[in-house]
This record gives sequence, C-alpha cells and structure tokens, in this order.
Amino acid sequence: MHSRRALTIAACAGTLLFLHPLTWAHAGESDPQDFTLVEKGRSLATAADCVSCHTVPGSGKPFAGGRPIETPFGSITAANITPDRDTGIGAWSDDDFDAAVRKGIRSDGARLYPAMPYTAYAKMSRQDVIAIRAYLNTIEPVRNAVVTNTLPFPLNIRMVMRVWDSLYFTEGEFKPDPQQTNEWNRGAFLVQGPAHCGACHTPKSLLGGDKTSEFLQGSPLQGWYAPNITNDATRGLGNWSVADVTAYLKTGHNRISAATGPMAEAVSLSSSKMDDSDLKAIATYLKSLPGRPENAAKLRPDDPMMMAGSAIYRDQCSACHMLDGHGVPHLFPSLAESSVAHSDDPATLIRLILRGARSVATKDEPTAPGMPSFGWQLSDAQVAAVATYIRNAWGTGTPVTPASVTQARSDLRKRAD
Amino acid sequence: MTIRRRDLLATSALFVLSTASAHALEIFGQLPWSPNAGNPPTPVKPGPWVYFTGAEGRAMEAIADRIIPPDPQTPGGKDAGCAVFLDRQLAGPYGHRDGLYVRPPFQPGAKNQGSQSEAGPAQQYRMALAALDRACKAKYADKEFAALSDADKDTVLKGLESGDLKLDGIDGKAFFEQAIKDIQMGFFADPIYGGNRDMVAWKMIGYPGARYNYLDWIDRHNERFPLPPVSMTGRAEWTPKG
Amino acid sequence: MARKLPKKDVVIVGLGWTGSIMAHELTDEGLDVIAIERGPWRDSPTDFPTNYMQDELRYRIRHELFLRPDQTTFTFRNKMDQTALPIRSWGAFMPPNGVGGGGVHWNAETWRFAPSDFVLKTHLTERYGASFLPDDMTIQDWGITYDELEPHYDQFEYLCGTSGTAGNLNGQIQDGGNPFEGPRSRPYPTPAQKQGYGHTLWAKAAAELGYKPFPQPSGNLSRAYTNPLGLRMGPCTYCGFCEWFGCGNYSKASPQTTILPVLIRKSNFVVRDNSEVTRINTDRSGKRATGVTFVDTSGEEWEQPADLVILSAYSMFNVQLLLLSKIGQPYDPAANTGVVGRNFTHQATSSVDGFFDSSKFNFNPFIASGAIGMCIDEFNGDNFDHGPLGFVGGGYLGQVQTNGRPIETTPVPSGTPKWGPQWKTAVRDNYLSSLKGGSIHASFYSYRDVYLDLDPAYKDRLGRPLMRMTIDFHDNEIKAANYLTDKYAEIVKAMGAHQVDKKPRKGPYDITTYQTTHLNGGAIMGADPKTSVTNRYLQSWDVSNLFVLGASAFPQNAGYNPTGTVAALAYWSAAAIRGQYLKNPGPLVHA
Repeated sequence: MHSRRALTIAACAGTLLFLHPLTWAHAGESDPQDFTLVEKGRSLATAADCVSCHTVPGSGKPFAGGRPIETPFGSITAANITPDRDTGIGAWSDDDFDAAVRKGIRSDGARLYPAMPYTAYAKMSRQDVIAIRAYLNTIEPVRNAVVTNTLPFPLNIRMVMRVWDSLYFTEGEFKPDPQQTNEWNRGAFLVQGPAHCGACHTPKSLLGGDKTSEFLQGSPLQGWYAPNITNDATRGLGNWSVADVTAYLKTGHNRISAATGPMAEAVSLSSSKMDDSDLKAIATYLKSLPGRPENAAKLRPDDPMMMAGSAIYRDQCSACHMLDGHGVPHLFPSLAESSVAHSDDPATLIRLILRGARSVATKDEPTAPGMPSFGWQLSDAQVAAVATYIRNAWGTGTPVTPASVTQARSDLRKRAD
Repeated sequence: MTIRRRDLLATSALFVLSTASAHALEIFGQLPWSPNAGNPPTPVKPGPWVYFTGAEGRAMEAIADRIIPPDPQTPGGKDAGCAVFLDRQLAGPYGHRDGLYVRPPFQPGAKNQGSQSEAGPAQQYRMALAALDRACKAKYADKEFAALSDADKDTVLKGLESGDLKLDGIDGKAFFEQAIKDIQMGFFADPIYGGNRDMVAWKMIGYPGARYNYLDWIDRHNERFPLPPVSMTGRAEWTPKG
Repeated sequence: MARKLPKKDVVIVGLGWTGSIMAHELTDEGLDVIAIERGPWRDSPTDFPTNYMQDELRYRIRHELFLRPDQTTFTFRNKMDQTALPIRSWGAFMPPNGVGGGGVHWNAETWRFAPSDFVLKTHLTERYGASFLPDDMTIQDWGITYDELEPHYDQFEYLCGTSGTAGNLNGQIQDGGNPFEGPRSRPYPTPAQKQGYGHTLWAKAAAELGYKPFPQPSGNLSRAYTNPLGLRMGPCTYCGFCEWFGCGNYSKASPQTTILPVLIRKSNFVVRDNSEVTRINTDRSGKRATGVTFVDTSGEEWEQPADLVILSAYSMFNVQLLLLSKIGQPYDPAANTGVVGRNFTHQATSSVDGFFDSSKFNFNPFIASGAIGMCIDEFNGDNFDHGPLGFVGGGYLGQVQTNGRPIETTPVPSGTPKWGPQWKTAVRDNYLSSLKGGSIHASFYSYRDVYLDLDPAYKDRLGRPLMRMTIDFHDNEIKAANYLTDKYAEIVKAMGAHQVDKKPRKGPYDITTYQTTHLNGGAIMGADPKTSVTNRYLQSWDVSNLFVLGASAFPQNAGYNPTGTVAALAYWSAAAIRGQYLKNPGPLVHA
C-alpha cells in the first residue's frame, strides 16, 4: 500500500518531493505528502483560519508570522509557521506541533498565550492536527525571525500561563452527541474546535478566559462587539434561517446583514472558502443554541431620545436603511432585524455610526457596499439618540447614553482602522 | 518599480499599521477604504470679518440688505448672513480662484468668451467696494454707501445696474451683477457656509433642505411637504430635549 | 527621461464609462490590463456620502467633482477670424475628472439614438434632396446601423438596470413607451421611475394635445437590482442631488456601481490614478502604438508600454491627445482636408419656464431624480416632415425637471426685477408652483467651420498647447430651437400656466451658459478614412492597435443624450477586439 501510494505521489507531486526531501523522515500514521491528507489539512486550516493571524496583510508571505495581535493585555506577535527550519517550524516534530496546537505548549516547553486559541483547537483530534501539519509543510518556507512575546511585564513571563491554563483550559477532543444528527455534530465540532468562534463571540473573564456559561453570547473585542450568535430572538440569529447563516458565511452578505470589521476578514480568508456542507452544519448547530429571555423595556415613541433619533433617522439613515428599517436585501443591512443593532453592548453600532464601514467583498457578493461616517456631523447626544431609536423602533434594546458615545469616540481615536 | 498597495486586508481590526487614503501609486485587488475617509465641509464660524475690512463689510451688508430687503416674514440679506457668506468665500478658494486657469496673456474678449480678468473675485470686490464708497461720497455729501437712506441706496444700485453710474477703475455694472449672484447664492446655500442663517431662505420658499429620501413622497402629488428644512449640520429636532 | 514600466497587454487611457467597459471585457479575455486615470479614485461611501453630498454650492456651483481648468482647459471662439480666449472657469460644459468620469455625475438619462440617426446623410438626402441641406453642413453616415448596435444598447441597459417602458418590442409598438424608438429586443430591466406632479401633469396635457408621452429612460433605478456582474444596486430615493453629484446610495448607474467592484478584484487588472497621459507613443513608422507616456503628481514622466492602446479619455481629451501625439492628419477647415478635429458638435438645448397659481399647484420640485420626467419624441430626428419648415433635426421635448436646488432653481416670471423686494416676493410666491427648464434637447449637426484644433498661444500647466474650440450656432439649429420651443410652450400653457416664458437657444454660442456636457466629434467614425478618424469599430485608420472610444466618434449629434450610444459603441468595439482583432491584429477594415 505504501509503495503504491508512493508511486502515485511521485507521479503527481514530484516537485514537492524535490523541495521537501526531509519530510520523508517523518514517520506518521499516513504519508505526510498524501494528497488526501494535505487536502484535509488545508480544509481544517481554512476553518481554523491560521493564515489570518500568522500573516502580515499585504506581505505576500502567508504563514510567515510577524503580525501583531491585539489582546486586552497588550500586543503579542504571531509566529512564523512556514516550514523554514531556522525561523519557522520546519525542525519541529509532529508531536511538537500537536502539543502546540492542542495543548498550548511550544517545542521548547514554554507555554503559548491563548491569543493562539489552543483551548478551542484542543477539540481536534491528533489526526486532524497531523493533517494540518502536512498542509503547512507544503507552504513556501520563509526566513523570518519573529519575536513573539511582545507583551508587557509581568505578562511576558510565560510561566503565568500555568495558572491560567489550570483555570481555563480543559484538554480533550470533541465528543459527538449520539442524540444529534451528523450534521449537527459536524457543526458543533467546527464551531467549538477549529473555527474557534468562541474566541471572539464568547465573553471573557477579567483574566481573559471564556465565560463558558455564556458560550457564543457576544463579547467586546478590539473596539467592536462580536454579537451573540446563538439562536437568540433579537440579539442573535433568531431572525436568520439556516440558509441566511450559510449565505452570510459563504458570501459575507445575506438579506439582513453584512460582514464588516474583523468578521469581514474571517469571511474573506476562512468561511468563504469552506465547503457549503460545513457552513450549513455550522448554521444548524448555532441555530440549536437557545437564546436568553428578553428583558429590556421598550422605549415609548415620545421619549425625547426616540423623537430626536427618529428625526435623525428619517433625515440621514432612511435613504439606505429605509423608513421601515428593513434596508435593501444584500445591499443595506436590515436594522429592524439586526443582531448588531440590538446587542446588549452597542459598541459596534456606535462605531459604525461614528466611523462608517466597508462590508466584505467575496466572489459571490462583490459589491462591498460602504457606509459613510457620521462622526463629524452628529454630536454625542445625537449619536446616542439615533442609536437608541434604531434599537427601539423595531425591537427592544437598552438606550444608548451620550457618555458611552463620548467614551467610544475617545477609544476609537487611538485606532487606525 | 511599481509599489503595491498594502491594504489587502484593510478591514481587519487586528492589524495596527493600516494604510492611508487612496493616494498610493496603484490600486488593485480590492476597493480602497479607511474609516472617517471623505472630506466633510468645515462649518463657517461666526466672528470678525476674515477678508473684508470694516468698511467693506459695512458696504457689503448694506448692499445685501437692498438686494434682499428684510420684510416681516423673512430677514433680509444682512441678517441672513449673506455678507458673512461672501466674506468667507472670498477668503477661500473662490476668492483666490484656486484651480481656475489664470495663466496669461489676459486679453479682453467678447462677453460670451467668459471673464478674462486678471484680477480674481477677491481683488475685484476690494476695488469695487472702495470705488463705490468714493462715488457715494462724491455724490451724497461725503456719505459712504452704508450711510445712505434706503431710497438713495436703491438709486445708486439701479444706476450701477443700468450703467448710468460709473465707478472709477472698475466695471460697476459687472460688479453689481456679480454681487447679486453672490448675495443670492449666500441666501440659498446651506447655512454651514455662513449665509441662510437658521435656514430662513429655505423656510421662505418651502425647500426641505439637505434631505436624501423622498421615496414615500414621490407619489403624493400636489401636497405640501410638511417637514422642516434640515441643513448638513442638522436641525433643532435632532437634539434630544431635556 | 521617462522611466519605463513593465509591459502590459493593454493600456486604457481614462477610466470612465468606456474605459471601464473595455477593461472589463478585455480582462475577461485574459489580457493583462492597466488603466491610467488623470484624476483620483472615487468611491461611493467615501466620496459621495449621504450626509454631505447634498451641497449645491460645493458640487454644482464650485464644480468640485470636475476637472480643474488649471489642469487643462480649452480656448474658445465663435468664428475663425476671432482670437480664441481661454475658458478660465467652466460654463457651457463641465469636463469630468476622476475614476468613473462622467458616469459619476451624469443625470443617467439613458437614451438610444434613432435608426435614421446612424444613416443621417443618406436618409435626409433621400427624403428632402441634397439641396435642402445647407452647403456647409458636413453630416455623415456613421458606418454602422442601429440594428448592429441594438444588442450592445441592450447590454448597457442591463448592466445599468435602466428603468423604462419599452415603446417598440421587436417591431411591436407598445402603449406607454416611445412609439418612435428603434426596435428593442427585450423590455427594460426595471420598470420606469415614478413621476412627480409636474411631470405627470405635463404628460397629461401632452396626451390631450395628441402626443404620445412616455417616461424618460433612467439609470436612477426604480427598484433594487442585481446586474449581470453580480453587483447590487438600490432604489433611487428621488433626492434631487443627482446631476453634478455622485450618488450616495448605490442607485445611480455608474462605473462605481456597475463594474468597478468586480473589475478591481481581477488579478489581471490594475489602476493608476492621479496620473495624466500626455502622449500616445508610436514607433518609427507611425503606424503602430507602443504605449503611452504619463506624468505622476510629482511631475515625473513614466512610460507604459503596451500592445494595445484604448483611448477613452472623454471626447475632447481624445482629440487633444491625438493632435498632441500627431496621430492622424489634423483638420484644416479652410482647405477642407484632414480629419482630426472635424465634425465637432455640442447639443442645442432650449427651455421653457411655466408659472402656475400657487393656491392650486404644488410641484415639490425638490423631489426628483436626474433622469425623471415625461417626454415626447414627435419632434425628434426626422420623425416629422421638415419640408415646409426649412430646417433639419429636432429633439425630444420633456418635462424632466431634476431638482429644486434653490441657488439655481428659484425661477421668477420674466420681467421681474433681479433684486429687491419684488424679486424676493416673486421667489417666495413661485418656488413651489413653477416649472423650470423644461427640456428641449435638440440635435446639433456638424458644419465645416465648427471644429477643434490646437491653440497657437495658450498652454496648460505642462507646457502643451490647449485645444481650441471654434463653434457657433448655424441658422438650422436656431430655426429648430424656435420651432421646438413653441411646441413645448403650447403644452405648458395647456397645463394651466398663467405665464409661459420661452427661452429658445439663441446665437452666438456662449461659453458661459451651461448647455449639457455632450461634446462630440473630432475623432469621428466612418467608412472613409478621408473623412473619419476611425473605422466602424472605432479602430484608428492610421494606427491599428489604437481604438478611440467615446462621443468623439459621433459624426454629428442627435436629439438625445449620448451616453447610451457611447456605451453601446464601447461594447461593439470590445466585441470586435475580442472576436476579430486579438485573433488577427491589424486593420479590421480595409478601405
């Protein structure tokens, strides 16, 4: 069997053999250059979106590291994971790689920071990780020595991660639920594992660990608010069908919403390149997660904030988002049905109003409509009024205060994007 | 060697070094964008004249109030801020003819060949207002234009309009024609530019201002549009009461 | 010394409508394409935002989106015995600048020319006899027929999502559409726009007078639309800030909304903005283009070599570049020799203001789009018998008021003083109950002494001669203007106006009064290289790897807005390049 495989590979991947002679040295469960293995690895690496963190945008050097990752504790720099032997992971063994991805332990024994989402990747199996390794071995090796630990003292002492791991890290692969369909289980595996949705969408404790009881119920992130992506009626995917979720992940757009900010990158580099069946599985799983009861009181139309917000909405917002709040499908998001607009934390809503936005372009949805910035035009009280109106005209949401807009403006000033 | 745009992933929040606006040498791959991009207008700030001298400002306000006289329903050109509008315009690109073709030779031509004046609007107003006051002082017992009675002011302006009253060193007829255009422009432009204070001109005619959505009104024929006008800086109703 | 860039398959000069269409077609063919645009990149949310686009002063009066005369301008005179003087500030037309070109700030009035327009000389001679035409009128047949262009009109209309009501479907006249239009193969992609009160009332009066009014074909969409490239557009919201302005809510067809987002993603396409092409380079023989030279914002010269050059810089700049690059023989009006610069035309527009009882009529003029309106075509082209009238040509009549922007649109009845209390009262009393500028959009035929050449005295910022316009109205166009204006005024009167002010176009041609940016000719298409610059595929007769797109190809102007025809010709030319030229580079027509 091995020899037949070797012949097949030699026939169609002769170049690979030539470039990576050392890969012969890796013993493993299957031949690391097997096309099937590499394809599986590519698929998982796409779901895991390794390329996003481990690539400097515009560098033309995928996986070569050097990209700063913003965390609440400071900035950390992603490593070079090309097969370069000196500055990448070319010299690592498969065990080294598996320990890094699923245990958070580097080849020299040091602990990784959870900016690398090993807590989620732990759900993958060793075979999954070996496949990813096989795929990474086919990447162009890049010589790029990266200093990864750029956190401030005392966080830069990796030893502290021992404590953190003991609080927040549970090893263990994903166990399918026999009572659920294959599709649901596939979705659950992807969401909890390689796609690591919780890294952004699950709220964090003070120490940066997941609040597991609020899994995927929304979290602040780098000046945005990653919304609730459970089946919550107004704050999550309650208004979205499985087809809506699938379309969003595949194209970045659906009849209600459009991906922007960090999610635009996730769509562009990861989900838009995944199989339709995997996207549908993710959608099925997410829609199965129950929402929370609604508890905000709806503001009356004659509330001063609603009156002012309604005037601003009519004059400034309705030309795109329409008077009924339903926007134009696939072009202008439907505010009436928007989970972003109705999230408990209005950070994304405020940010979009102040700075404008560009939604993602994909092959299937190339328009990439943009929204102008209103920060120069509206005062803090006016932004608060129109945001409050948007949250209460077609649903319920806590009012937005002028003070929170002032704070957002000041926070955003420091952000380049 | 072409330099490539470095914002293939510009929408990402994770990357600290983002790109500037659309001034790179080549554009490819994706539509360029950055937050707060665009060039919103800068509101005129009330205050002392920026371009006019005190005498010029007085003269211009007086002219504005005759071109657009006050009446019980609507303020005149002066209170509407038309002279302020013109002052700020003359201090800016319009006054300096930024972007216009101002190369020599300057030769007089037919009227239908357009202005061939070597002096730009800022200079022309300066010369004309001085000449106007000189002409008034000569004719009206040493009174500048702004000090005349309304009836005398109208007589002077009608004289300029017909060409009967000549100004020394400058074409009085052309000056007054331009003044009418500029003052009326200030009357009807967005208040952000200093004239049309409180949108009085728009209220006068029933123009709803800087709106963008009439989808629910296109079919409503022969009905008065009920909403108050809005400028680019908003309207009173935008600010929450209390 | 210009620095040389790596060679591309195609260089496109100017990224407006025709440049974008050609770029899309040729990149689909797999060619490596670079577009070089003099002006800046422009994009809807950043450059046409819905919160400060509604600024009449900035965009209409101060021309912010347009070419700065200081970058380049033209000189103008009426007659050959005058000295031409520079256009120091725009008036009669507004040349575009920036990515998107005129497609950004156009009204989006999307017309087709009539079948007879393409064979005008033959048609008029047959019907009225050669002596009916003035001696110095130089109209020509185009070398192409309406039927050949029809699929490409259709292509452009579906690219844009054009809103309209078909009048002639494959020969069957349809109610509610233009009964005079050439046959179309299928209906418009979206229904006609809704109309305002004034437009509707005008159409009613026109119908009662026996005419057949129809909605103007509009690139401001009546509803959301997805075009064949997968691009999404929204419904027009009748904001009244259309022409002169970019559209803020993706509802006006432009290169930005219909092509560029797809084009920019192609790995074989790149744009250089803020770069002005100064010359098309040819080899020693002068018969083959080798590429272009351009300057960047630092004034540095670069050379972009290419196998195929597409000149799509707007009609006037096409002609200017041909003259400056010494491609084709310049036209000499005295000797009547040469081709580059001949058959230069504009549009002959007239208007009528109507004043109504303000207690009975409220038109809400501010609720409108750039291509809204109801029109009649009875007096266009040769749709009526010119025999007894003593002129040829005509135009559509339309109540197409596009806005109520108050700096320009506060009409007062003629005789009202221009200032003072009566002026103020008249403005107040008439704003909502008047109709301004009903459109009489007449043809402008070509004449021997109306042409373009290089000015002997004035230069641009790069030291190159400005192009000189010699242009005036001839009796034919003035007669037509008076006749059409009278017809229009009858309709306004029939609507119930108590005062009708007629404003027929009068000579001499005035460079200070706006009369559309429909400048045409100077590099016309035709069947004979002695009287045209390009063949029927818009390929230069002199340089076979140079194609010249735009209204510079029109041998004369018809009584319709030109963009539909400009775009259709671009598609037609692209089809010829893809289907014939690329397989066998060289002249496509042997004359």
